[in-house]
Amino acid sequence: MGKNMTYHRKKIVTIFFACLAVFLILAGRLGWLMIFRSDYYSERAKELHERERSIKAARGRIIDANGTVIADNKTVCTVSVIHNQIKDADAIVETLSRELDLSEDFVRKRVEKYSSIERIKSNVDKEKGDAIRAYNLEGVKVDEDYKRYYPYGSLASKVLGFTGGDNQGIIGLEVKYEEYLKGQEGTILTVTDARGVEIDAAGEERVEPVAGGDLYVSLDMNIQSYATQLARQVMETKEAERVSILVMNPQNGEIMAMADVPEFDLNNPYELPEGTDTGNLTQEQKQELLNRMWRNGCINDTYEPGSTFKIITAAAGLEGGVVTTEDRFSCPGFIMVEDRRIRCHKIAGHGSENFVEATMNSCNPVFITVGLRLGVEKYYHYFKQFGLLNKTGVDLPGEAGTIMHKMEDMKAVELATVSFGQSFQITPIQLATTASSIINGGNRITPHFAVMTSDREGTEMKRFSYPVTEHIVSEETSATMRMILEQVVEKGSGKNGYVEGARIGGKTATSQTLPRGSGRYIASFLGFAPANDPKVLALVIIHNPQGVYYGGQVAAPVVRQLFENILPYLEKMDYN
Amino acid sequence: MAVRRFGNSQKRRERETQESFFDYTLLFIVLFLLAFGLVMLYSASSYDASLHYEGDSTYFLKRQVGATALGIAAMIVVANIPYHFWERFAVMGVLVSIGLIFLIIPFGYEANGAKRWLRIFGISIQPAEVAKLAVILFLSSLICRLGRKVRSWKGFLVVLAAPAIIAVLVWQITENMSSAIIILGIAVLMLFVACPDYKRFILLGIAGVGVAALAVYVIVQMSQSENAAAVGVRGARILAWLDPEAYASGKGFQTLQALYAIGSGGILGKGLGQSMQKLGFMPEAQNDMIFSIICEELGLFGALSILIMFILLIWRFMVIANNAPDLFGALLVVGVMSHVAIQVILNVAVVTNTIPNTGISLPFISYGGTSVLFQLVEIGFVLSVGKGIRFKDL
Repeated sequence: MGKNMTYHRKKIVTIFFACLAVFLILAGRLGWLMIFRSDYYSERAKELHERERSIKAARGRIIDANGTVIADNKTVCTVSVIHNQIKDADAIVETLSRELDLSEDFVRKRVEKYSSIERIKSNVDKEKGDAIRAYNLEGVKVDEDYKRYYPYGSLASKVLGFTGGDNQGIIGLEVKYEEYLKGQEGTILTVTDARGVEIDAAGEERVEPVAGGDLYVSLDMNIQSYATQLARQVMETKEAERVSILVMNPQNGEIMAMADVPEFDLNNPYELPEGTDTGNLTQEQKQELLNRMWRNGCINDTYEPGSTFKIITAAAGLEGGVVTTEDRFSCPGFIMVEDRRIRCHKIAGHGSENFVEATMNSCNPVFITVGLRLGVEKYYHYFKQFGLLNKTGVDLPGEAGTIMHKMEDMKAVELATVSFGQSFQITPIQLATTASSIINGGNRITPHFAVMTSDREGTEMKRFSYPVTEHIVSEETSATMRMILEQVVEKGSGKNGYVEGARIGGKTATSQTLPRGSGRYIASFLGFAPANDPKVLALVIIHNPQGVYYGGQVAAPVVRQLFENILPYLEKMDYN
Repeated sequence: MAVRRFGNSQKRRERETQESFFDYTLLFIVLFLLAFGLVMLYSASSYDASLHYEGDSTYFLKRQVGATALGIAAMIVVANIPYHFWERFAVMGVLVSIGLIFLIIPFGYEANGAKRWLRIFGISIQPAEVAKLAVILFLSSLICRLGRKVRSWKGFLVVLAAPAIIAVLVWQITENMSSAIIILGIAVLMLFVACPDYKRFILLGIAGVGVAALAVYVIVQMSQSENAAAVGVRGARILAWLDPEAYASGKGFQTLQALYAIGSGGILGKGLGQSMQKLGFMPEAQNDMIFSIICEELGLFGALSILIMFILLIWRFMVIANNAPDLFGALLVVGVMSHVAIQVILNVAVVTNTIPNTGISLPFISYGGTSVLFQLVEIGFVLSVGKGIRFKDL
């Protein structure tokens, strides 16, 4: 039997100290991990252990000029299932499919899906949600939530817009002012084990949501309501395709009403108009129809303005000094521009007339003459100075730009047609804004809805301001234009716009839509009151009216009815 | 006669109690580790147990308590039998453990993706654990028989042959590379003590480190080339070791979970029972990864305390080995010392991602019946060797 020698002992001691050295290295490694890397790994571990649930923030309301809430929130419920907490899957499938009106297959698929939380249905009425909660089914969660609600249904639908599933704005003011309305989501952090089961002892951390700010707009639902009613009426009686009515304050650009019928129901924005055959439409086609339904004709589409544009030509002529109110003209029923013969709408001609009378008659040859006197360069200069080449900057998404000849391509014939409002296109909002700027003393205003935002308690958070370009025409020209346009209503083609006891200015237009000869017309009338100091301006555009299609006979009465009602109302509002 | 005989035996007993030695320090350290291990095992396993064994949160604890009780009984028996008694079983032990390993091929059953266990009469045992003890016994006996011949290159190779064969079998048949490494490590350390030479072992160590470094280099190069898929399972472990967060959903998952547990423990820990990682996030929380749960619950303070207990244990092994009455006893203790030291070092190194991930349990603490049973038998050997020490030798 071997003996235990000294070298054996030495080697055993060597092993011990070698082990000790390795232990010290490991202790050092532990120290590094648990002291210096502790924060990092704690943070990562926490992320792993915590489940985040977001709490939606209440979206800010939209409030009209009278303080009426026109876009609000209502409480709805989201029903979901938590897979690991389900005890009786069959009962859940049966109850939920019955209560929520869903197919059993649909519910079963979600109940049996292995995920931490699965949404069954959102936007469930509160009563229904409470009913489901009362069943006390384990694994079923009913979360309360906000849904956008529009008390006025389809009124001003294209202006207000609506929100999507995550309460985000989709079109209109809802998307334009998303950042103010949205608010800040809150979160609930709960600690869970690896299966996602919450650990009760650990409690929860809550970050409260911040409600979005209320948006105060210049829209007046009384005027909007009346304008919409008139638009519907005329659309029906004239079997028109659509009718746009714009009412704004020409002094500061605040829009009081913007109707573009047919409108749609804001509480069911994905429902196509009745009678639409959706049976064999592809998803894309359906979306295309929806987009068309949501389109706001006042700002998203351009049209040939026709004679209402003579306001601009007249202002340019007066401002450029090529014409005065006393200048006399003779209209033989046509005018030759280069080799082209351009007819007046009165084939017999208006005969001898001064400039004011020519405007009252809406005489094309006179306005062509004024345009030609200015020449391409000067005309273009005023076109630009009046702001017609830029967008108006209205606070709604998707504003269309002006479609206009390039200056180098503009010859006498093009100039002649532009002078009486043809061969180019602008949006209704552009026409209303430019006309406002010409009659308000020459200040180019920015049309807008938003006035200010405030918190829930009404404390002002931000007041919006909009750019104004002063002196696009002189005060004098502006006054002359007001006088001329008042004459148009008093004695001229716009006499159907006359309101008893009020001073109304305005201009009619009847334009044939492209292609010419299609028999399709756009009848329009732009009116403002009081003519000496305009407080309100209205533009009515009727697309493709049947039967009589003259603006003076179809559109002007609409403005008259509108003014008859809203002028006393506005006066009363002023007193307050 | 009768009186004389009685007096004689009483005198002998008195002499024994006076002169012989029993290492209570070692016994206390082992019992402490066992008790501590059971507490931590319950903490780490109760969630998993109640989830998978019909709400029985003590499932793993009960089984481990059973194995521990059996192990303590075995330890007491072995400690009271003079250790030379076992020398005659040296060859048989090796043959039996080889036989058990081969039995795995037809009878083994799979758990956690590897076929490592044999079930005999309803008790499952892990042949690799048996093999470790058998190798310690066999090498102690063989080295003593070889005497001075062990110093030659031939003797060197003869001593390494048997453990090498067993290591290869363990590696290939039970797919348990870590146990194979431990067996080889035990053999090399025992041989190191047996030979007076140092140079040979230093060269061996340098060669080993060199090969490992080269392997890591090759694997990293391969992973960056086009045929990254050729890296294989073990190669992937190396890559996950170098950057566990890049392989968070695969090979780096367990390591990363361990690092989360260790790191979030901080200096003082979250408190006993407060681990989050054991709630299903950490695979094998009660087994190979139990040290990370200790770190999370008891912090750096608790982790270092446990490391100190293991250092004290190894120190007691050293004292007993150095004072063993003969070389056979000393080598037995060196074998056990190597076994415990290697396993603790590798386990802590794996858990802290100091080395690539491989399944190694923490002696006396991790869940595992066979290992705790055979480790206690090994402690029995050491205590038995300790009893051979005379106080005059100390």
